[in-house]
Amino acid sequence: MNRTLYGNLIFELSKKGRKGYSLPQDYDRTHTTAELPEALRRKDAARLPECDELTVVRHYTNLSHNNFGVNDGFYPLGSCTMKYNPVINEEIAAMKAFAGLHPLQPAETCQGALEVYYNLQQSLAELAGLSEFTLNPCAGAHGELTGLMVIRAYHEAMENRKIRNEEMKKDEAPASSYSLNLTFSNSQRTKVLIPDSAHGTNPASAAVCGLEVVEVKSLADGTVDVEHLRQLLDEMGNQVAAMMMTNPNTLGIFEPRVLEITEMVHKAGGLMYYDGANLNALLGECRPGDMGFDVMHINLHKTFSTPHGGGGPGSGPVGVRKGLEQFLPTPRVKMEPPHTAPEGASEPMFTIDFGNVSSSGDEGGATATSALGSVGSFFGNYGVMLKAYAYILSLGHEYVKQVGPLATLNANYIKERLRDDYLLPIGGLCKHEVVFDGLVDKSTGVTTMDVAKRLLDYGYHAPTIYFPLLFHESLMIEPTENESKETIDAFIDVMHKIAAEAKTDPELVKTAPHNTPIGRVDDVLAAKQPVTTYWRTLEC
Amino acid sequence: MANFESGLYYSESHEYVRVEGEFGYIGISDYAQHALGNVVYVDMPEVDDEVTAGEEFGAVESVKAASDLIAPVSGTVVEVNEALEDEPELLNKDAFANWIIKVQLSDPAELDNLMDVEAYKKHCE
Repeated sequence: MNRTLYGNLIFELSKKGRKGYSLPQDYDRTHTTAELPEALRRKDAARLPECDELTVVRHYTNLSHNNFGVNDGFYPLGSCTMKYNPVINEEIAAMKAFAGLHPLQPAETCQGALEVYYNLQQSLAELAGLSEFTLNPCAGAHGELTGLMVIRAYHEAMENRKIRNEEMKKDEAPASSYSLNLTFSNSQRTKVLIPDSAHGTNPASAAVCGLEVVEVKSLADGTVDVEHLRQLLDEMGNQVAAMMMTNPNTLGIFEPRVLEITEMVHKAGGLMYYDGANLNALLGECRPGDMGFDVMHINLHKTFSTPHGGGGPGSGPVGVRKGLEQFLPTPRVKMEPPHTAPEGASEPMFTIDFGNVSSSGDEGGATATSALGSVGSFFGNYGVMLKAYAYILSLGHEYVKQVGPLATLNANYIKERLRDDYLLPIGGLCKHEVVFDGLVDKSTGVTTMDVAKRLLDYGYHAPTIYFPLLFHESLMIEPTENESKETIDAFIDVMHKIAAEAKTDPELVKTAPHNTPIGRVDDVLAAKQPVTTYWRTLEC
Repeated sequence: MANFESGLYYSESHEYVRVEGEFGYIGISDYAQHALGNVVYVDMPEVDDEVTAGEEFGAVESVKAASDLIAPVSGTVVEVNEALEDEPELLNKDAFANWIIKVQLSDPAELDNLMDVEAYKKHCE
């Protein structure tokens, strides 16, 4: 990382009248706004910066040097899986044949692109142990919302089927399938059970989906309190739409009673949702579908090596078990004949199902070939999918199985080597990440925040701090499977060094960072009085 | 490290009630403000709102985390501490002096479900 800050704002480089473009001399400047209503036209100049092209290029190049990414150094940000983004992914995604596609292009003109899309759906389903995936959601939380919408639609369709069946029983007519014309009735299943250790997005997604959050307590070891869950299911089982779970949980601990939990929730009529944020720990080793989960999302930008953290768009595909496919959103890419057809029947064609939503339902309910319709623009972030698929193919069956075990090995190695200086609240094996509760020696007053800031001085990205909320001084380290033993040893040495500094020179740690372009920032002032625009600064 | 004030009723989620006649002043304990760190925002209900014991009535946001405020007792809000709107950091300066809401208690018997300072001290260990 740069030791000196490039701190210019583009506005400060502006010189009146300077520009990096030239318009035709007869260009009519009024033309672009003439069609806008008077009230919408800008009265004053926009005060955009005026710079030549070279100045702009230098400005942004220098700004980029202030950045710190996985390509700069070790980035052990817990819960984020900051793994290496292989260069080949970028090369594939940049291929003109992919990058130049239009989302409304006829399917027969982009069969290759659709084949990749379809194959990724299939690969994810296989890795997750589920039936089918939609690649449409554009991020993890978007996936959570989509997954919960799937669950809600399922319960509403079940409720409708129940009503229908009861009506038909009266007429003694045979029960019809609800799968052709999806119709919905309000369901009383509006509660979502979420462990108190969950990622904050879980309750947020449930609330956005119009569902009510009910917190499930954790035991002292951070795992789900199954007895509390049982109590909640006894109280409100018939109102439970789903339980959301991360496994391993946010403490990096595998939930040993997961099979019991999924069975209990299923018995009560609820579905199990798997938050794929921590999937990296299990990749290739075990599958959410086999644990009894019905719906899940995967963060391609975590587990499948695509850039994130300000470095690129995300992707949060949602998978469902058999029987729930019809509730997935559109568009979907399908293969005809389906892969179950006998081989050599005919060359497969890839088609796009846009859902054909119609609002003319019988008895006031909407009907559609898809329960949800669309959850975003077109197909999702296709470039991210290409990168994820390239990653899966690069690893192949054999090496994908090593991802989870190696990530777990690295985290446990760090855990064992740091537990002399850093307080380990939960012993035993962790999975892909380890959570400490600050320094063992609390007498110096050096906090987790101070340790994280001091790490910056040594050229590391800080770990995740003050999450999970179960401990006061959480410091959460996720090394990923990519890092060499040398890199991890060097990090461990620095962590020990900081612990020693906390004893011998606590002020040094408390006032860190010292070697970065910007020192300790005032978090309170930044939160209370953020200055986010240049012009506001001038006017203040 | 944290201060504990006697004569108050404490909840497991670290709110306190100071009872004066039929009114209760609800705030967060010194232990809670310590754990939260620098408070940057307090989300409070409005006067005349009803709060229910065990249910959230607002939130405290710090540089570390956002945390729901859980009502230790039920009642009607008769006053909110407006000073916290501009100076949420008052909670860090003195959490016991700077209560968050004042409620008219609807069921004083609920106080029996709360902890006294000795029990609360143990709870925080």
